[in-house]
Amino acid sequence: MSKHTLSVLVENKPGVLARVSSLFSRRGFNIDSLAVGPTEHADISRMTIVVSVEELPLEQVTKQLNKLVNVLKIVELDTSQSVQRELMLIKVKADADSRSHVLELVQLFRARCVDVASDAVTIEVTGTPDKLEAFIKVLEPFGIKELVQSGMVAIGRGARSITDRSLRALDRTA
Amino acid sequence: MTERMTGAQALVRALEHVGVDTVFGIPGGAILPAYDPLYDSTKVRHVLVRHEQGAGHAAEGYAQATGKVGVCMATSGPGATNLVTPIADAYMDSVPIVAITGQVTSSLIGTDAFQEADISGITMPITKHSFLVTDAAEIPRTIAEAFHIASTGRPGPVLVDISKDALQADTTFVWPPVMQLPGYRPVTRPHSKQIREAAKLIVESKRPVLYVGGGVHKSGASGELMRLAELTGIPVVTTLMARGTFPDSHPQHMGMPGMHGSVSAVGALQQADLIIGLGVRFDDRVTGQLASFAPYAKIVHADIDPAEISKNRHADVPIVGDCREVIAEMINAVEAEPRKGEYTDWWKTLNGYKETYPLGYEEFSDGSLAPQYVMERLSAIAGPDTYFVAGVGQHQMWAAQFIDYENPGTFINSGGLGTMGFAVPAAMGAKMGRPDATVWAIDGDGCFQMTNQELATCAIEGVPVKIAIINNGNLGMVRQWQTLFYDQRYSNTNLQAKLRIPDFVKLAEAYGCAGLRCERPEDVDAVIKEAMEINDRPVVVDFVVHQDAMVWPMVAAGTSNDDIKIARDMAPKWESEE
Repeated sequence: MSKHTLSVLVENKPGVLARVSSLFSRRGFNIDSLAVGPTEHADISRMTIVVSVEELPLEQVTKQLNKLVNVLKIVELDTSQSVQRELMLIKVKADADSRSHVLELVQLFRARCVDVASDAVTIEVTGTPDKLEAFIKVLEPFGIKELVQSGMVAIGRGARSITDRSLRALDRTA
Repeated sequence: MTERMTGAQALVRALEHVGVDTVFGIPGGAILPAYDPLYDSTKVRHVLVRHEQGAGHAAEGYAQATGKVGVCMATSGPGATNLVTPIADAYMDSVPIVAITGQVTSSLIGTDAFQEADISGITMPITKHSFLVTDAAEIPRTIAEAFHIASTGRPGPVLVDISKDALQADTTFVWPPVMQLPGYRPVTRPHSKQIREAAKLIVESKRPVLYVGGGVHKSGASGELMRLAELTGIPVVTTLMARGTFPDSHPQHMGMPGMHGSVSAVGALQQADLIIGLGVRFDDRVTGQLASFAPYAKIVHADIDPAEISKNRHADVPIVGDCREVIAEMINAVEAEPRKGEYTDWWKTLNGYKETYPLGYEEFSDGSLAPQYVMERLSAIAGPDTYFVAGVGQHQMWAAQFIDYENPGTFINSGGLGTMGFAVPAAMGAKMGRPDATVWAIDGDGCFQMTNQELATCAIEGVPVKIAIINNGNLGMVRQWQTLFYDQRYSNTNLQAKLRIPDFVKLAEAYGCAGLRCERPEDVDAVIKEAMEINDRPVVVDFVVHQDAMVWPMVAAGTSNDDIKIARDMAPKWESEE
């Protein structure tokens, strides 16, 4: 099974997330990651959904998603044609002895230290899932106390925008 | 138009404006504000049912008999959850209904208030769309949107849940409202390149079949279908949802495909080199084991719902569009083809199937009644203008097999969901939508006992439906499976008909209906004629039939259509073909 990243533009209305996520579970698809947030248009939210699924079932779930009245547009973002990022906050054990080693790794991964305590630091890092995985691996020896990760967000490369036409559709009905 | 009124008044006014003339429902706490202005409406007739499930199925029957949107109404909590079954039923069979439910006051939503249930959430996976309205100003627009969504594209159920405070609040009624559905754009015009491709396959194929489903009648395309069929000379099979869409008496009609389809229809699909699916969804009850379904066939699949295409069987030529436009354009494209299809050998094979394996049944030597005979006589005496409304089970299959349907939409039943208890309320709804037509419900004794309380509604509201109970004293279809697949161990399928609990004749009379009984073949005609003459009240006929009658042919669940049996351990001989 291969991973697919879907960008789904939806109306910013109550219950839309439930409609989308329940459709995935009802049709028997597992969501690897899901991120929702506002867009440049107040009436539109954007979901980035990562699913592991074969080509044919993906087509089926996309068609079913398209039937949801609150769904405006679905675009599959190809890894090579898009920028894909996750955000992670990670709390690592770091006392006076180990702190400099940890901070060195932070530099190497172009991460940021966002909080420091006497025996721990909290680091913010963004990147592809591969990079975040690699970062976790190098920090593990120090002792990871807590970790939280966002769903993936993604945007297509180049000048084109996937929201243009959906905005026009919204304007027509407003 | 702008006017000050309450949300409840706005609701009733909006229903009037979208053309609603009948609402089936039961009042209760949260929906009570709506019932007050409804009491004054001269345009909307409210039919007080005895159970919300009855309201939902009645709305479905009304919608299917008229082509309009059916409407049902219930209060919050249990009133709303009782609508879940008919909503799911309408979703599976693409029936346009709008369900309006009262919800607890918006400040109480989420507090587990008395009679609170999240019905818009509960019905999310079984509606085309569901709304929760907590602002009175949104009621007219939401009603307009609900009716638009229910009736356009692939029809289906829409739920509108309105909080009690929204019904009670004062608002300004504006009509017509501006609909805000930027994400709802059903495609109705087919792609012309795909149509030309389909026409090319049609003239090139040697063994084509028109596989016709419920979508053809829903788009009002039975006339176009007839033209296409006669222009091309291609055989037609009509699914359970399409019985009557193409007349049974037509020589090109091969019967119903599927688990209990005719050998000629099932054989036609299995041997076909081209299947033109029109408004169908390649349902498992039609395809049998999918991997061995129609192994030689290329597929042209036309449907208004893009998600149906290639869902179960890959379509070589996918066509998204309204069947009426699709078929009309297919006719033009076939006429534009310089070549003509040549199907002489195909018809030889098909006519062989028809002659060798006509539908038939066993008569019982003890003089008891065969249910199939009842169907044949109902068909002959009531005639092809009658609406037949079936429940679910053996009687439904016999009604599909042994009644001759000549007119589109005259067979109404619960196809996809298979809802026992559908027939009585749906027949009531159909009769209210078509008061001048004869409406016969065909029900099993098991099904009948699930919703027969609506006889009271029929009797009181003056809805003279006719109900044939095919009483074999058992949950017949389940019993048939126990006979075939569970060593005749009849676990919990015997309804103890010998005890006559209840006595259906007395029950009918208790409900203000005429009650008749028929137990012998020689009485069938007289009893049906007697029932046909009673038009001042509903009639219930208890046809006591033999419990061992079975539905044949049968493709056992999960097996190949090629393994269809015409009776127990009897398979048709396919080797006569090529």
